[in-house]
Amino acid sequence: MPRSAFQRLLRVIGISVVVVILGFLALPAVVVTLAAFNDKAILAFPPEQWSWRWFVKAVEYEDFRAGFRNGATVTLWASSTALVIGAAFAFAIDRYQFRFKRLIETILISPLVIPHFTVGLGFLILAAELGLARGFAVVIVCHIVLVLPFVLRSVYVSLRNLDPRYELAAASLGATPGRVLLTVTLPLLAPGLASGWLFAAILSFNEFTASLFVTSQRTQTLPVAMYNYVREYADPSMAALSVMYIVVTALLLTFANAFLGLGKVMNVERSH
Amino acid sequence: MTAAVSQSRPFVYLEPSPVVTQQPFLRVFVTPATLCAFGFAVAMIAVLQYSVRAYIPGSLEAGGFTLSNFVALLKPLYARVFLDTVWICFLTAFFTLIVGYPLAYALVFTPNVAIKSFVLVTVVTPLFLGEVVRTYSWIIVLGNNGFINSTLLKLGLIDSPVQFMFTKFGVVTALVHVTLPVMVIMLAAALSHIDRDYQKAAESLGAGPIRTFITVTLPLSAPGIVAGVTTAFAWTFSAFATPQLIGGGRVNMVSNLVYQLGFASFNFPFAAALCVAGLALTFITLWLFRWIARPLERMGPH
Repeated sequence: MPRSAFQRLLRVIGISVVVVILGFLALPAVVVTLAAFNDKAILAFPPEQWSWRWFVKAVEYEDFRAGFRNGATVTLWASSTALVIGAAFAFAIDRYQFRFKRLIETILISPLVIPHFTVGLGFLILAAELGLARGFAVVIVCHIVLVLPFVLRSVYVSLRNLDPRYELAAASLGATPGRVLLTVTLPLLAPGLASGWLFAAILSFNEFTASLFVTSQRTQTLPVAMYNYVREYADPSMAALSVMYIVVTALLLTFANAFLGLGKVMNVERSH
Repeated sequence: MTAAVSQSRPFVYLEPSPVVTQQPFLRVFVTPATLCAFGFAVAMIAVLQYSVRAYIPGSLEAGGFTLSNFVALLKPLYARVFLDTVWICFLTAFFTLIVGYPLAYALVFTPNVAIKSFVLVTVVTPLFLGEVVRTYSWIIVLGNNGFINSTLLKLGLIDSPVQFMFTKFGVVTALVHVTLPVMVIMLAAALSHIDRDYQKAAESLGAGPIRTFITVTLPLSAPGIVAGVTTAFAWTFSAFATPQLIGGGRVNMVSNLVYQLGFASFNFPFAAALCVAGLALTFITLWLFRWIARPLERMGPH
């Protein structure tokens, strides 16, 4: 295809703009990495001496360890419970007719548009009114509500893409509804369930604003512990923790992209 | 719960299949979700209820019914925070659109698979990092002895550090970074569903690349722009850690005020009133925006 000089110029400008924007996106991650390996407690660019000691300090810091344990507890309970509740309800929305269907669905989807500080305040007031201690139960319920919309969507999309003829075939061969569900529907839904759970778990582990309202000193999750650390200290152990976060997340996503096709999940693949 | 049978499917009466005509496990499937919805609805009603209760200083209990919380919102101090919040949300949504569009365009139209994956992972990673890590990173970039200031000082371009922290500029920069992934995903979704033939037709009729973009691609991506801007606005409105840490008390948004009132003075009724007013404000702004953008949205391919 012949290109004019003008088109080539446009192309060069376009590519440079994109590179600059990608630089803007990656800048914080690059800078935080530099800061994490800096031996001194005071920021200096570029670092004069390199060291791993902030990583050691971050891993050994008791608040981060407790935050990680609490966060893992909350995440596992919240995302797994949300997966069971959400998958069952998505199935019911897709297949069944029942009273208040739209109303329940609307309420469950609404945390997507309600600010997390409002959700957090709501559960805090509710717990206070009911006289509940600020224990794990409140945090987990709050997280279930926050991640449910994502589980619902993920499972609902896979249900829509499922060919109902498999289930009809099983049923016409005499399988009971329970057996159809366990041996046909569930296995076919597995990828949707897996990605729904993963999405919910990542979101729950990283949730900050609502958690700040509903956690106490004893139940604070990792993001809350990090927030409290940033407010009190300025040494680079927070940078080291951020680097671990960034590396793990980027690896997970690269892996997910290679095996699940992130473009398809995000719906940005070109349709031909 | 009634089990109304769906009559809309044509094959139901041809061959009654147990999967379709009965609703097995209906109660088991719906009850847990209904309980969740109920719990959440009660929590939101609690906020609504507290917003019209009186504050009793020194007590967590709320007093009698009153509208004084909403009247207090009109005080210049609080009205200013509301205006600032809306302004910051507008700026963030606008700049996120400007920065996000080229990236979404490159993501969709690059023929190179490796570049596409690289762009996608770079764009999506920040989405999963959480607000605290991202905000902390920006503090290191923007701080007085942070990356930008040390670099500029070393190059001799400035004599004393430029103040980025505790300014609107700093807050908006970090917020643009926070909302960019969502914007790019929404724009890319719209761009990827444009039929390539429209662009080819424009080109074959002699339109240059700029003209093709302005008269064909841009209007066809309008639904993505509307969705992206709306989402960016709502996300920015609910941001807390970024204005709290980078604004440092000098740039306040509604979220920061809610937290201060709730945890510094335990004034839950007023915090609840702020939440209710904030929610109303978001919905009105977004509704206005959608109303203005309606002709734009009709230009979309669907």
